[in-house]
This record gives sequence, C-alpha cells and structure tokens, in this order.
Amino acid sequence: MNVSTILYDDRSTGGLHAVADADRLWLTKAELEQATGWKLEPEGLCRGDACVRTNPTWLDDQGRVDLAAFATYMGQPIVREDAAGAWAFGDNVNAVCDQLFSLQAPDFTLPDLDGKPHSLSDFRGRKVFLFSWGSY
Amino acid sequence: MWQVVYEELKSEGLEIIAVALDTAGKAAVETRIRATDIAERPPVLGRLMGWSDELWSKQAPPTYTCLIDEAHVVAELYGMVNVPQGVWIDEQGRIVRPIESAGTSDVVRHLDRTSFELPEDVAAQGVALRSQYVDALRDWVRKGAASRYVMAPDEIRKRLRGPGEADVRAATHVRLGRHLYAQGALERAKHHFREAVRLCPDKWNYRRQSNMLDPESVGQLNAGPDFWAAIDALGDTPFYPPAELGNAG
Repeated sequence: MNVSTILYDDRSTGGLHAVADADRLWLTKAELEQATGWKLEPEGLCRGDACVRTNPTWLDDQGRVDLAAFATYMGQPIVREDAAGAWAFGDNVNAVCDQLFSLQAPDFTLPDLDGKPHSLSDFRGRKVFLFSWGSY
Repeated sequence: MWQVVYEELKSEGLEIIAVALDTAGKAAVETRIRATDIAERPPVLGRLMGWSDELWSKQAPPTYTCLIDEAHVVAELYGMVNVPQGVWIDEQGRIVRPIESAGTSDVVRHLDRTSFELPEDVAAQGVALRSQYVDALRDWVRKGAASRYVMAPDEIRKRLRGPGEADVRAATHVRLGRHLYAQGALERAKHHFREAVRLCPDKWNYRRQSNMLDPESVGQLNAGPDFWAAIDALGDTPFYPPAELGNAG
C-alpha cells in the first residue's frame, strides 16, 4: 500500500513513495529526512542535537527505515487513513506535558488571513494576551 | 470585540493574539476577522459573551494579530478545552495565569432557545464577569508581576490540564482530519474528528468543530439541537468555568 502523505510535527509532506506493510511504514533515507527531519547517520537517527540509536528491526535490506517502528519507540501516536494514503504522527505526551508545566509558553507558528506566518516568540518583550476562538 | 481593549492598552505594552481554531480556515473566519459582518451581528451575541451594549456598539476590525489554526494545535499545546479561552504570557514568554475562560460565562445556558433572548439579570451578570476579567487584564498590563492577578507557578500548574495519551492521540486524529478536510474527503475528516471527541469528550473545541464541518455550516454559529443536548448533558458542570479572579495572588 502506497503512502504519499505524512503529517509529522507541523510538517505536511505530500508526493512521497512510502510503503505501508501491515503496521510498518517504509521510507527511503531521503524521504524520511524530507518528511520528518530525522536523518539516518552511522550513529543512529539524528535530528538537530538529538541522536537515537537505531534498532536493527527498523531497517530493511534495502536501507529503508520503518517510520512507524521509530515513532512508536519515540512514544508518538500514529493515526492512518490508508484509502487516502495518509499517515499522521502525533506528539509524545511527556514532551507536551513537560513543555506546558515548565510554564514557558509553548511556541507555535501559524498563518494570518493573508497566509503570512507569525510565531508567538516574535512577541517576546511584550505582554501577550493569547486567546482561542472559533466561528462555531 | 477585543479591539477596544487593545486600543486602550497597546501603548502600555499589551499585544493580543487571537487564534481561530477553525478547520475550514479562511472560509470560516474571514468575515469575522475583517469584521465585514458587524452590522448583521445580533446584539444578543454580545450579551452572550458578556460585552456591554456600549462596548458592543464600538466594535471595530481588529488590528491585533489574528491567526488561523486549522488543526487546533494551540489547543493541544496549552490544554485548552473550549473556545474562547485565554492565557497571559509575560515579556519573558512565561505563563502567568492558567488557561481559563477569558471573560465568558455560562449565561449562554440561560438563553431562550426559541426567542434567542437573554433575561436582563443574567445578561447583567455576564457583563459584570467580563468587565472583571478586562479589569484584571488591565491591572496586569500596568503592574506586571506585582499585579494581584499574577499567580504563583505552583498555583498555575495545579490548574493546568496536562495531556494524557488520549489527548495526544486525539490531536493526531484532528491533524489527519484537517488534512482530509482540505483534500475534500469530508466524511473521512468527520470520522477523525468524531474519534477525537470520543477520546476527549471534555474538549468542546473538538466537539463543536466536528458538528460544523459540512459546507452549509462553515462559519455559522451552532445553535442546533445537538449543541443544546450536549450543553444540557453537562448538568452541574460549567461550560465556561469562571476565571478565578476574586482570590488571586
């Protein structure tokens, strides 16, 4: 089963050629990095300063990586919609929890009506009243 | 509606960021943000949210920052469970009060569902609560950490809703649901929103959103039987628990 779209963190990557096989999701090194930012290095899967030692069962003999196994190891929820060729990977619960309870306001980047992105961190140095609303 | 408050306090150091948790994005929120619909907004709407008739008459298009969050990401990060909810963040990026009702109250539960009228005494209570919240915000803007409305870190933590496994899984369903919605796969999108509601029945932003994804309901306020049934099912549990402003500090 082909999976063309992966949602990971706030990334949405389309046009992929990942292959789902039961609970596994195989990506080439290049597509893994494109979709998640994680890069297969000799020391493991690395992103920024973080490196996670690779479990041999995450790799196949073609050098592909099973993103589902890696994400499960990382404590990320996985939700899939095979008919649409889309898989979504969520956040580690402890990471979200620690971030919130640190009381350092979680940063985010979202677009305005014109599509221009704004980050909470752009407003450092001012007091911010942040509120949610919905049209519904 | 916050524009009046922004005009008053921006020169004293306040920024306002409004985040629309709205999966239909621009289509759902554009007229509201550009405020091209002010003339058509029924006065009862202002009263429901506790804005006095005087303030409601001064509505103007916002010049503060209005962002669109189609996947309800901010709600996940902050543990928000309804709209509207607010949080105060100081100059160093620290949260100084819990996530709470930003001046809204349960007056909505006293609305006559046929005539859409609100009893005068209830409306007055709503206005009093809103005005108390805006006064508290003003106090913080002027006094900063010395404001009696700034809470101690441990008091804030006690009141935060930390996520569990169900929350992060629900948020993942919503991200996928939003993707499917954008692809035009409406029924499958709804399925994932319903899953999120099932996992987190107390998250009203998911529940309310999931009822309003059909093309004819985008941008509309839900006052349908499903909404009222869910409100009634709350019993004594508040829909908008009032912000704790009386005994702060």
